[in-house]
Amino acid sequence: MNNENILKILEKNNGNQGGLISVLEEIQTVYGYLPEDALRIVADRTDNSLVDIFGVATFYKAFSLKPRGKHIIMACLGTACHVRGAPKVVDEFEQQLGIKAGETTLDKEFTLETVNCLGACALGPTVVVDGHYFSHATLSKVKGIIKNTLEGLDTIDIKTDKRVFPVEASCSVCNHSLTDSTYLIDGYPSICVTVSFGRKKGWLRLSSLYGSLNFASEHEVPPDSLSHYFCPYCRKELLSISNCPECGEPMAAMWVYDGFTMHVCTRGGCKGHMLDLNQTSGNLLDALFRTDR
Amino acid sequence: MINLTINGLDVSVEEGTTVLEAARFFGFPIPTLCHNDGLTPLGACRLCVVEIGEEPGTNLVSSCTYPAEEGLKVRTASERVIRSRKMILELLLASCPQSKIIQDLAAAHNVKTQRFKQEYEDCILCGLCVRMCTEQMMAKAIGFSGRGENRRIGTPFDIKSDVCRLCGACMYICPACQLRCTYTEPEKAICGACANLSPPCLEKEGFNDMMCYMSPCVACEIKKD
Repeated sequence: MNNENILKILEKNNGNQGGLISVLEEIQTVYGYLPEDALRIVADRTDNSLVDIFGVATFYKAFSLKPRGKHIIMACLGTACHVRGAPKVVDEFEQQLGIKAGETTLDKEFTLETVNCLGACALGPTVVVDGHYFSHATLSKVKGIIKNTLEGLDTIDIKTDKRVFPVEASCSVCNHSLTDSTYLIDGYPSICVTVSFGRKKGWLRLSSLYGSLNFASEHEVPPDSLSHYFCPYCRKELLSISNCPECGEPMAAMWVYDGFTMHVCTRGGCKGHMLDLNQTSGNLLDALFRTDR
Repeated sequence: MINLTINGLDVSVEEGTTVLEAARFFGFPIPTLCHNDGLTPLGACRLCVVEIGEEPGTNLVSSCTYPAEEGLKVRTASERVIRSRKMILELLLASCPQSKIIQDLAAAHNVKTQRFKQEYEDCILCGLCVRMCTEQMMAKAIGFSGRGENRRIGTPFDIKSDVCRLCGACMYICPACQLRCTYTEPEKAICGACANLSPPCLEKEGFNDMMCYMSPCVACEIKKD
C-alpha cells in the first residue's frame, strides 16, 4: 500500500473539521475499500481516534473494510423490486458468478451487493453496475449485464449515442482555431494541440466529438503522467483554473462555441473532461440574454 | 434559577441541571441503568423516562439527557411512565436475562412476565464501558461499530487495541458482566429469587458480621426498623 496517497488525501482535507467521511470516501475511491493500515494512518494524522474512525467506517454501508472487485454489482432488493422478482435476479447473479451476495469473485472482477432501495422503483428490478443503471432486470438479462461489464461500460457508441456531439475548439489564449481538418478522428476534423511530458514534446490530436475519448498522439503518453498542453500557434500553455472532477489533477482549457470552456484532464489515462458554462465570454452572455428577451 | 414542577411540586434548580438530577435532588426516585454520575449522559437504556408537558399532548423523554426548562411540568411516576418502564425492562430482560442489575430492577418494578423472544446476547449496548474508557480512562480503546441490529461494542478490527491498558474499567462498570444472576431456569426470563428470598441471615448468630451480597439487603432494612 502506498502511504503517500493517503497522506496526500489527508493534506487535501487538512484543517477541515468533520472531514472524516470525505477522507474515507477518497481512500475508498483509490483502493476500492478501506485498508486497515490506511485507517491507522488517518487516526495518527487527525484528531479522530481509531475507534471513532472504525465506527464511522462500519456505520455506513457505502464503506467496505474488505477488498472489493473491479466491478461492483448492486442489485436492489427494495419492496418494489422485491415483488417484481429481484430475489430471483440476485440468485441468478449468485449462480453466474459463483459467489453469494456480499462476496467478491476469486479473480477480483466482481463484487455482488444487495441494497435496499436505489430510488428507481418504477424501473425495478434495478441493477446498478459501476454507476450504470440496468432497468427491468430479468433472469435472461443477467448474463448480458455481466458480459457488458467485462467488455467495458464506459465505451460510447459514437454513432448512436446522443450525448456525443461535435465541438469546434479554439485556443483559450489567442482564440486561434485548433481544428485540424487534415487529420480525421471519428470521421470529424480533430483538435490539434502540442503536449509536453517529461522531456518529450509532440502533437496530440483529440476527437472533436465531445464525449468521445479517442485521440492520437505523436509519442505514447505513459499512464498517470501529467502533461502540459500548449497552443501550436501562440505557444502559450492552455491553463485551466479547474481540477479534474475524476482524479483532482490539473486540466487544460480550450474555448468552444465562442466562449464556453472545455476542460480536459492532463493525466494520462484519465477520462475526465467537462464543459464549463460559467466561464463564458462577455459576447456570448450578451447574445444569450438578447435572445431571451 | 429555573422554575419547574416535578410531580406537582414547584421547585427551582440551577441552569444546566437535567430533569433526572433535579428529580433526584428533591427526592423523587427515577431508576437508571446507563446513567453514571461521572460520565456524560447518553440516554441509551431509556429506563429513566419521565412524562413532560400537560394533557393532552404529553411527551415521554429520557430525563438523564433532558435539561430542566422554565415552566416544565414533569411527572416521574405516572401510569404511562410506569407502563413504559415495565416494557423497557421486559425488553432488557429479553436481551440479557443474566444480569443481576436488570433482574433486580425487574423485581423492583413488579415485572412478572417477559413476552418477547428470549435471547442471551448479554450486551445491552448501554455504552457505559465506551464512555468509561473514553472519559475516565482516556484510552478510547473500545467503541460502537456497525448499525442497527449489527451494532456492537468492540475494539477496532476486533484485535487487541494498542491503547488498551487492560485496566478492567469496562468490566467494572458493565451491568451485564459485573454481577451475574445464576438462576436455575434459563428458559424462564425472570428469576425473582433475590426479591422473593426470605432473609437468610436474620436468625443466624453473628448477624452483624456476615458478608452479605444483597443490596439493598432485606434483612438489614428490617433490622433497622
